[in-house]
Amino acid sequence: MSISVQRRRATKSSSIEAVAGNGLLNRRALLGRGAVFAGAISAAPLGALTGAAAEPPAKEPLAEPPWSLEPGATIQPYERPSQFEKDVVRTLGNPDGKPGAQGARTPHHLLNGAITPNGLHFVVSHEGAPNIDPDKHRLVIHGLVKRPLVFTLDALARYPTTTRVTFLECGGNGAPLFSPQPLQANLQALHGLASCAEWTGVKLSTLLEETGIDPKAKWFIAEGADAPHLARSVPIKKALDDAMIALYQNGERLMPANGYPMRLLLPGYEGNMNIKYLRRIKLVEEPAMSFWEARTYAQILPNGKAYQFYLLQEVKSFITQPSPGLTLKEPGLYEISGIAYSGTGRIAKVMVSADGGRSWADAALQEPVMSKAFTRFRMPWRWDGGAAILQSRAWDEAGNVQPTRPEFVAKRGELKAVPPVGAVLNQHFNAITSWGVDSVGEVKHVYA
Amino acid sequence: MFTHSAPITAAWLALCLAAGAAFAEGPNLGKPLDAATIAPWDISIESDGSGLPPGTGTPAQGARIYAEKCAQCHGPDGKGGVAGVTAALLAPLFGGDPITDISAATKRIANFWPYSTTIFDYVRRAMPWQQPMTLTNEEVYALTAYILALNKLIGENDTMNAQTLPKVKMPNRDGFIMRFPEAM
Repeated sequence: MSISVQRRRATKSSSIEAVAGNGLLNRRALLGRGAVFAGAISAAPLGALTGAAAEPPAKEPLAEPPWSLEPGATIQPYERPSQFEKDVVRTLGNPDGKPGAQGARTPHHLLNGAITPNGLHFVVSHEGAPNIDPDKHRLVIHGLVKRPLVFTLDALARYPTTTRVTFLECGGNGAPLFSPQPLQANLQALHGLASCAEWTGVKLSTLLEETGIDPKAKWFIAEGADAPHLARSVPIKKALDDAMIALYQNGERLMPANGYPMRLLLPGYEGNMNIKYLRRIKLVEEPAMSFWEARTYAQILPNGKAYQFYLLQEVKSFITQPSPGLTLKEPGLYEISGIAYSGTGRIAKVMVSADGGRSWADAALQEPVMSKAFTRFRMPWRWDGGAAILQSRAWDEAGNVQPTRPEFVAKRGELKAVPPVGAVLNQHFNAITSWGVDSVGEVKHVYA
Repeated sequence: MFTHSAPITAAWLALCLAAGAAFAEGPNLGKPLDAATIAPWDISIESDGSGLPPGTGTPAQGARIYAEKCAQCHGPDGKGGVAGVTAALLAPLFGGDPITDISAATKRIANFWPYSTTIFDYVRRAMPWQQPMTLTNEEVYALTAYILALNKLIGENDTMNAQTLPKVKMPNRDGFIMRFPEAM
């Protein structure tokens, strides 16, 4: 144990070393202060981290609650969350399934850790979830190959499999932040089109070893078996790098809305390119210029040109707790917690500010920090009951840094009019998100 | 725009396969299939027109098919604005001012879409909404011609087929920038 840690443990909680303005505390306090502090965090991530001796002693004798006095419920074959968690659900952008896209957003403000449960994984669907019989599903690989081949699901299951954790993010995640005014919506509405799961499947390069590749192939077209036959063009480089045919999501078969029975997984790449219900891969010389790449997922720039094949989801972070809707009940010690990720690789550093970016301090990163995966970050904070603006900023191992919103807007522009919250009117927003805390502890989306 | 040297990895893999398939032992559980077998699924139309099937269609033919199979969602005469669809479908299938706003709501075929072939490809694979892949190739050519004529990108009497469609000049063809060309 280092001298500094011993010294910190010997001091009272009120004197935890401040590391930046407006109450940010030394992150090592989170990890090194032992059972009392750590226990309080896991039991009450947001509410009750007041300083020692803040609460009067409890006087009511402890009693047996009713659930401790009778047998519990019969165990079910597939368990669902507690009835008390009924509000921890996705929000739907098109709940009636009208013609057009459907979105389901992940409630990050009600989750913790780095893995998104399968039922809460975000979805953007362009025509609903098909009901695919896995025994009748086929994957064809053809085009500029030496031998076109067709695979059944049973056949793929006999290939060497690999497992990796990776996030998926819709190109349109964060689109509300293109608004010229900060939209008053919660984190789920603003950044709920990103999730992270552990995926298991067969690397695409393994299958291409058997089909062979004509050296003229520079791209492949991936196509789904859903009603729109959704198709995207992907550089062949990605196929030879880390592209995977994913068969399992967090240990079980893919959810229907996430591509059952198989999807293309392109770690770090725009969500829409990770073709669900994958049924065909065609190696080609040039991209197909499908509707989704030539039009929908092309982002207009302030000069009237547009990005095409943006490919990467760039380095990004946001604070999940506190966030809008999670009101701070009283001044005291809190844990600021959030998610950082980069389509380029590992998160190298996350900094947090409580004073709107005037001062910053390093957040603690939860190990293991994995490439192209959500990384949970944490920062202890003593809220003094005054105004605060909370921000997080991430760096990845390639040196890319998450831009401030003014830096981002200078390059990518912003909308002329305030859009509806659910509208996706531009894409690939990765700048800093700011939460304003007022004197009664309410948290609002602000620009800073 | 997409001229690249061959990726070293791809060339290397191809060489390995040619030279020593015997040591590249895998499960080999994929079944070979020929082009005729794949053809019903091989619906990709590339931007140079590769993959376009035989057939022809005119705007007048397309107008009749449109009224029957498309207008219920996209509105009469491509004007959009019908009830019961999501906001994105309310926009008309034609028009559009020069783009001066970063909003995707300003995207139209004539002011944004870079390739005419995308219309054929998308209509055939995804439309009509309730019954995708039910249009004949002739119908898809006719609807493509109708939409292009609505946008004044072809004349009312022009015929679209595998030769004429890729030659339709799209005004915003050069309006795009690759964000990460090194990844391609």
